[in-house]
Amino acid sequence: MNEKKSKKGAFIALVCVAVLLALTIVLENTLDPTKNIMLFTVLKKGAVYALVASSMNLLNGFTGLFSLGQAGFMLLGAYTYAILTIPTDTRSAVYYLYGGCAINFSLPELFGGGAAGLILGVLIALILAGCVAAAVAWLIGLPVLRLKSDYLAIATLGFAEIIRAVFQWDKLGPVTNGANALKGFPTFSSFNIKGGLRLSTFVAFLLAAVCIGVILLLINSSYGRAFKAIREDEVAAEAMGINLSRHKRLSFCISSFFAGVGGGMFAMFATQAQAKTFTTAMTYEILLIVVIGGIGSISGSCIASFLYLACSEWWLRFLDTEVVLKSGFKVPLLRNGFRMVVFSIIIMVVVLFFRKGIMGDKELPDLFRARKNAKVKGGEGNG
Amino acid sequence: MQYALSIFLSGISLGGQYALIAIGYTLVYGILRLINFAHGDVFMVAGLFMVYLSSWFPLWVALPLMLVLTVLLGFAIERAAYKPLRSAPRMSVMISAIGVSYLLQNLATYVTGGLPKSYPNLPLLSDSLVIGGVSTKWVTVITPFLVVALVFALTQLINHTKVGMAMRAVAKDFETSQLMGIKINSVISMTFIIGSALAGIGSMLYFTNYPSIVPLSGALPGLRAFVAAVFGGIGSIPGAVVGAFIIGMSESVIKGSPFSIFSDAFTFALLIVILVVKPTGLFGEKVTDKV
Amino acid sequence: MAENILRLEDITMQFGGVVAVNDLSLHVDEGEIVALIGPNGAGKTTAFNCVTGVYEPTNGRVSLLGDVIVENHPQGKMKGQYLGENAGKYTQVVRHTPDQITQRGVARTFQNIRLFGALTVFENVLIAKHMRAKQNFLSAAFRLNAKEEKRMRDEAMALLKEQDLAQYKDEVAASLPYGLQRRLEIARALATNPKLLLLDEPAAGMNPQETQELTDFIRKIRGEYGLTIFMIEHHMDLVMQISDRIYVLDFGKLIAQGSPAQVQNDQRVIEAYLGVADDAEN
Repeated sequence: MNEKKSKKGAFIALVCVAVLLALTIVLENTLDPTKNIMLFTVLKKGAVYALVASSMNLLNGFTGLFSLGQAGFMLLGAYTYAILTIPTDTRSAVYYLYGGCAINFSLPELFGGGAAGLILGVLIALILAGCVAAAVAWLIGLPVLRLKSDYLAIATLGFAEIIRAVFQWDKLGPVTNGANALKGFPTFSSFNIKGGLRLSTFVAFLLAAVCIGVILLLINSSYGRAFKAIREDEVAAEAMGINLSRHKRLSFCISSFFAGVGGGMFAMFATQAQAKTFTTAMTYEILLIVVIGGIGSISGSCIASFLYLACSEWWLRFLDTEVVLKSGFKVPLLRNGFRMVVFSIIIMVVVLFFRKGIMGDKELPDLFRARKNAKVKGGEGNG
Repeated sequence: MQYALSIFLSGISLGGQYALIAIGYTLVYGILRLINFAHGDVFMVAGLFMVYLSSWFPLWVALPLMLVLTVLLGFAIERAAYKPLRSAPRMSVMISAIGVSYLLQNLATYVTGGLPKSYPNLPLLSDSLVIGGVSTKWVTVITPFLVVALVFALTQLINHTKVGMAMRAVAKDFETSQLMGIKINSVISMTFIIGSALAGIGSMLYFTNYPSIVPLSGALPGLRAFVAAVFGGIGSIPGAVVGAFIIGMSESVIKGSPFSIFSDAFTFALLIVILVVKPTGLFGEKVTDKV
Repeated sequence: MAENILRLEDITMQFGGVVAVNDLSLHVDEGEIVALIGPNGAGKTTAFNCVTGVYEPTNGRVSLLGDVIVENHPQGKMKGQYLGENAGKYTQVVRHTPDQITQRGVARTFQNIRLFGALTVFENVLIAKHMRAKQNFLSAAFRLNAKEEKRMRDEAMALLKEQDLAQYKDEVAASLPYGLQRRLEIARALATNPKLLLLDEPAAGMNPQETQELTDFIRKIRGEYGLTIFMIEHHMDLVMQISDRIYVLDFGKLIAQGSPAQVQNDQRVIEAYLGVADDAEN
């Protein structure tokens, strides 16, 4: 009975996602992207952030490990992706300060170039980006995951900073291009067919949807239950035969894998990869998205990331421009920077007064189910 | 030799400035078990207070007023952002602290228009002097003495006054001291007041050495000071001071070497090594969990 | 002679200079119900924690069905601080994490209930099946082995039915009334398929009637699941009714053992519980 229900739910969810994906194609090909820059920026960046926030939620919300290393793993992913996909003939231009790149192949070219090469190359590069992040997470996890709550947070934050410093190191210039940006690799726009369909937003959504889908599958599996058990009570989880260190490390690596993929996608979105963008502030931003969406709710993280970006980059923009009314009255307070002040006050209000965020620890389908159950129960009461 | 001396001097003054911030972290952590992520930003805002106040008032008004405003800020943050979450899980309070830090940075960006603000020249502190052939500012020499004096005063306060006793009791056992009739909230406020006042003094010493302040100026010194507090054993004031001098000295040494890009990385590496090898730090007390 | 399912030899647990358990040796035989009693702070739960791998004893050995699962001797700083006499007896160091010991067939409940509060009753029981599932995270995430998941669910459901908890299966564990939480905690322990069940004060906070029901319940599960039960308990009615043998601990030291009748009449036990007449403190 229950399984049937969950199968039906999964089917409905799949249909919804398919509709959403189709909608992005329609939207991008009916609206002129040059006139709706903000909309498409928010959509693409939102897809990337939704993935990274979900990966953070897997760790913070489902396993109860408060880690602040997300930006560091995104950085690893972004650089891995960029280094593997910059076309060989533009490498000397990108790495001009270091007289060319030490790595001289490009995945899309290895797969024969063209559309197939691009798709395969980008996919494999993203997967490898995730793998590099996961491998580093495995190494870091050995010592760090034994730490408790806030110590773990500060240690992972420290690791992210260390990674950032290493990637800016001059000596690694031939690989990382030092403190300079990596550019010229395939971006979301590379998937727009010339003179045909524009697919850049669709690609961003598709990649994010697949990854988030995998995270959801994992959370609803036996391993997901084990993670939740660890979150609820470590001692009891151990008494139930759950190997703490193995499961914590697993969760940490999987979360980092998807943060790495998200980092690669972030590079695709930003059309460049530079260590100085992956700061602690970025981790905080993602953490706030998770909190606003609800700690322990993946659909909450997804909704919140679009809302967050739409507010911070688009809807509240008007707060940044001075307005002088016809009567000569200058609207007070409005000037550059006011947007972020209002925005951070909104965040504080959420943190303080709506601590459960948008979704609490529920997922979207739960809301419908809860309503149905309430009806059934109400009916029983009457009968 | 001169080179070594200049590194030593800058290390010792950095250390002293970090110590003043680190005490704020260690006091708050000792009582609330909270990493007050906003503390570094309070330190930055104190610097901005000084920038604006000194352009409006003479120094003898601006300086005390800056300290008062900083203390008020620390007090207000605790009341508004941490007190409502007293019974919430620790993660929520930490997120609230991150939110406050975000708010303060954005407010600072708004007020300053995102432009770097140059720190006023303070008489005596900003004046130059030459020691052993090294030219430096008076603040470098004064900092360590001032820190020692302040720490001495603080330990006297904690060990020999009623408020200090209450603070120690609350740090030892939150719930029991509440049952003993200690007014938890005023003790916590007191901690934030002391921490903010020290951060205010610290910011005066720190920013005198730098040409300008930007909204992100507080973040890194804050984190370094926190590392210092952990290094010394969180909750312990002498620990925070010793840790701060070690961190300040090593930062100064690394900044003077070809590996200057790794100065923060080193600080964090040190933090992780400490946390893994001896989580209680140099002077911390061990706490065991009960099953 | 029936094999000792559990055997403790010279277990000493010292926290710095404080000796919580002092040279404790005892054994539990297959199919028995054995109780460990003693005043508050006597070291009973500490002894449990040594058996289940939560603490590493300072000295001594624990074996399960003849296999050594825990063994230690004073090392490092403890070498100088150790106050006991049996340090020379044990040379090897065997340590297992609590999950490994659970996998070997020792399950436990906790003095202050530790359920997974935000999860449902069904999930609480289902989690116990995780450790023996033949899968890795990839096969679990991508549903490559749906049979295994179904088997786990079926087993967990069957157990809930046997324990009369099936009707609560979708309730959140933290919302259950106290008595049901206790029963769920035992059901969750049973779901790990233990040979030996350690109960830490199962009747804490129960009234006489509930305690009587619990007594019958413990007897019942011993029969149905072929269990051996080792428990800590303060309710003397329960202990005297149900136990085959009793060990009495005071200040970490074993002061008496034997059948309920023997222990009840032991002078030292009475003193430990009631205090000696000229004891100034009480």
